[in-house]
Amino acid sequence: MTSQRLQSLTEELHPPLTAHEAGVESDRCYFCYDAPCITACPTGIDIPLFIRQIKADNPKGAAKTIFDENILGGMCARVCPTETLCEQACVRNSQEEKPVRIGELQRFATDTLMDTGRQPYERSADSGKTVAVVGAGPAGLSCAHRLAMHGHSVTIYESKPKPGGLNEYGIAAYKTIDDFAQREVDYVLSIGGIQVEYDQQLGTSVNLSQLKDQFDAVFLGMGLGGTNALNVDGDTPAGVHDAVDFIEALRQAEDPTALDVGRNVVVIGGGMTAIDAAVQSRLLGADDVTLVYRRGQDAMNASEFEQAVAQTHGVLLKTNWQPIQLIADDGQVSGVEFEQTDSANGSLQGTGNKRVFECDRVLLAIGQQFDAADALSGVELQDRRVRVDEYGRTSDAAVWAGGDCVSGGEDLTVSAVQAGKVAALSIHQHLSA
Amino acid sequence: MVDLTSSFLGIQSPNPFWLASAPPTDKEINVVRAFEAGWGGVVWKTLGEDPHIVNVNGPRYGAVHSSDRTLMGFNNIELITDRPLETNLEEIKRVKRNWPDRAMIVSLMVPCEEPNWASILKKVEDTGADGVELNFGCPHGMSERGMGAAVGQVPEYIKMVSEWCKLHTKLPVIVKLTPNITDIRFPARAAKDGGADAVSLINTVSSIVSVNLDTMSPEPSIDGWGSHGGYCGPAVKPIALNMVAEIARDAHTAGMPISGIGGVTTWRDAAEFLSLGASNVQVCTAAMTYGFRIIEELTSGLSNWMEEAGYERVEDIVGRAVPNVKDWQELNLNYIAKAKINQDLCIECGRCHVVCEDTSHQAITSSVNGKRHFEVIDEECVGCNLCVSVCPVDQCITMEQMTEGTDPRTGQPISSEYSNWTSHPNNPFSNG
Repeated sequence: MTSQRLQSLTEELHPPLTAHEAGVESDRCYFCYDAPCITACPTGIDIPLFIRQIKADNPKGAAKTIFDENILGGMCARVCPTETLCEQACVRNSQEEKPVRIGELQRFATDTLMDTGRQPYERSADSGKTVAVVGAGPAGLSCAHRLAMHGHSVTIYESKPKPGGLNEYGIAAYKTIDDFAQREVDYVLSIGGIQVEYDQQLGTSVNLSQLKDQFDAVFLGMGLGGTNALNVDGDTPAGVHDAVDFIEALRQAEDPTALDVGRNVVVIGGGMTAIDAAVQSRLLGADDVTLVYRRGQDAMNASEFEQAVAQTHGVLLKTNWQPIQLIADDGQVSGVEFEQTDSANGSLQGTGNKRVFECDRVLLAIGQQFDAADALSGVELQDRRVRVDEYGRTSDAAVWAGGDCVSGGEDLTVSAVQAGKVAALSIHQHLSA
Repeated sequence: MVDLTSSFLGIQSPNPFWLASAPPTDKEINVVRAFEAGWGGVVWKTLGEDPHIVNVNGPRYGAVHSSDRTLMGFNNIELITDRPLETNLEEIKRVKRNWPDRAMIVSLMVPCEEPNWASILKKVEDTGADGVELNFGCPHGMSERGMGAAVGQVPEYIKMVSEWCKLHTKLPVIVKLTPNITDIRFPARAAKDGGADAVSLINTVSSIVSVNLDTMSPEPSIDGWGSHGGYCGPAVKPIALNMVAEIARDAHTAGMPISGIGGVTTWRDAAEFLSLGASNVQVCTAAMTYGFRIIEELTSGLSNWMEEAGYERVEDIVGRAVPNVKDWQELNLNYIAKAKINQDLCIECGRCHVVCEDTSHQAITSSVNGKRHFEVIDEECVGCNLCVSVCPVDQCITMEQMTEGTDPRTGQPISSEYSNWTSHPNNPFSNG
């Protein structure tokens, strides 16, 4: 059992393409004119060009094409829901319903260059300008790297003891083996000119007005921080955990195989985090894992591919059930009562049909919420998150923001990378003016 | 019922597929395996004089691959047989005796002296072989010694050696031609003038298949050096088809039997060679890529197509396309065609647009009313076929003839009359 569980943390669900496989797959790309996949990529990677470079046995050139637009192209190749982004736009779908495997090719290229330990960029001459970046997640790292390319000096303030944000703390282990998230951060930071201060929480050990005084510009990329609580009656019994906390504990555990993941797990939620938590529980030895979502399967945020991954790993998907109450036995959770719902016409309504799903573990994956509002005096919010324009500018002329913490944020690594990049270019323009 | 039997210079074989003179026909064991698999005949790998030649002891072959390592082109620096003459003769005799219904041709290459040819021809006659093929084609190695392509590149030598051979043997004489010349008709005419009964072509094309950029050695590399080899396989088929057609439609050589060689991989390739005037085909690279069992596809594919097309015998196909091969100046300049894109099949890759826009006639849209849409602009389309060539979807873009009205590009009315360059007013030598 232990060896099996250990294996589940060191083996990837989707092994990388070999050079031959990459060659064959790259040959499937038509090098389209004004390619739809480029438009579908939130960071606008020149996908046909990098695939052609792979085909021409130039994977390092391919990696630079990717990194030019997305310095976290390595992680995005692993976690992007490509079937709803670039691969959905592939013209091969019209022809044979089998898009080019863009994500796997991207991983082939980025792995090849990252394995050399060298990044294809040099920092420009020191501009003398300084920028504070709050949060060492995808948005912050992307912003910092682009600023460093332009010669600005960046200090990142990270609330956790390690960098990476949700790449480090919020993604299932099987998606990023071999400590990839940390290796990627090291790779990004190797450009120089970026300093990271850990255990620095905005509003506690560091505050915004200080940063505005000390730096020429500030970028906020701290993510959401908080998680939504389950809106049910009564106290929360033992055995009920937040899925993000579960994944964080797992990712940071010295010996993940020693974790008690429960035997009969109910995961509540329908997004990527719910899937990650469910699959991870199965891989770590839970006998039964049921993922319960209040709406229909079509409405799940988790992609069809992710849903299929869950199902092939023995996760039971139950849709159109909403939680009513947690049931405890002697202070320990023993089940969750759900009510069947009808979401056919868009609104969610209980049908009155109720049943209890027995379990000894509940993982809540019902969304995150922004918890740093109090630390952002003077910065306007919208929908309880930071309001920004298309360049990432906030209502404060010296402050930019991007990633999950802004209003309209898409909860995608790749979107956060783009937001950081766009804000960096805007900051650079501002500092160069 | 289709009859695939073939008679080439009176040499019978159960089908028109022979294995070309090459490694697959070097030894009894190989040839017997080929006959067991169903091949109609073989041209035994080229015999020379004793002492037998030696080959390099390193790589002899190089290849051009597609991304999925489909072999597109093949290259070799192997020489003629490297076994004693007597060994080969004994095996040829035994195989022919055991397989009397299969064609057994013996390829020959000896120095350009009459006694040398006379001597080896007698020895071949003693084996009971059906004919000889004179190897005037190999471009590498032997040509440095005054044989192979060195002979095939000088029409006078071809004629001279052909005459000797016809003088010294009753066996049918086939001359195998090299493509490494300017105009294939001259060596073919020389073969005919020398009395040769047939020509076979093409032999391999002089080539360097690739360069190892680490060692800066051409491939295949022998101790860090390379030498040009002979190129063959699917990549050379178009070159071979043209040369076969040139000989078939040349008045001087018209009617001389041709054995077609060069990249025959499927039945369709074979049918194309036959249609352009070859009476049978010889295969090598396809067998060396997939093994002898491909003969099952070749025979079944050819006979299925013949049955559907209404041909009963192989001779019915031979030369069918030759009357349609013309000089450029004979082509009808009043024929107007425009590309047409089938929007139901279009996958919107846009390649037709970008190649037309960048490299041709700006005749395909990229958007219509602000939407991604690829459509031919008849006012600009010259009917060049580039879009058809690059479109990844079969039959999505087709060339449609205009038979009436006005060509929107030129504003000229469509004429149903045939008119070519010879009478065109822009031709300074117009006869019109």
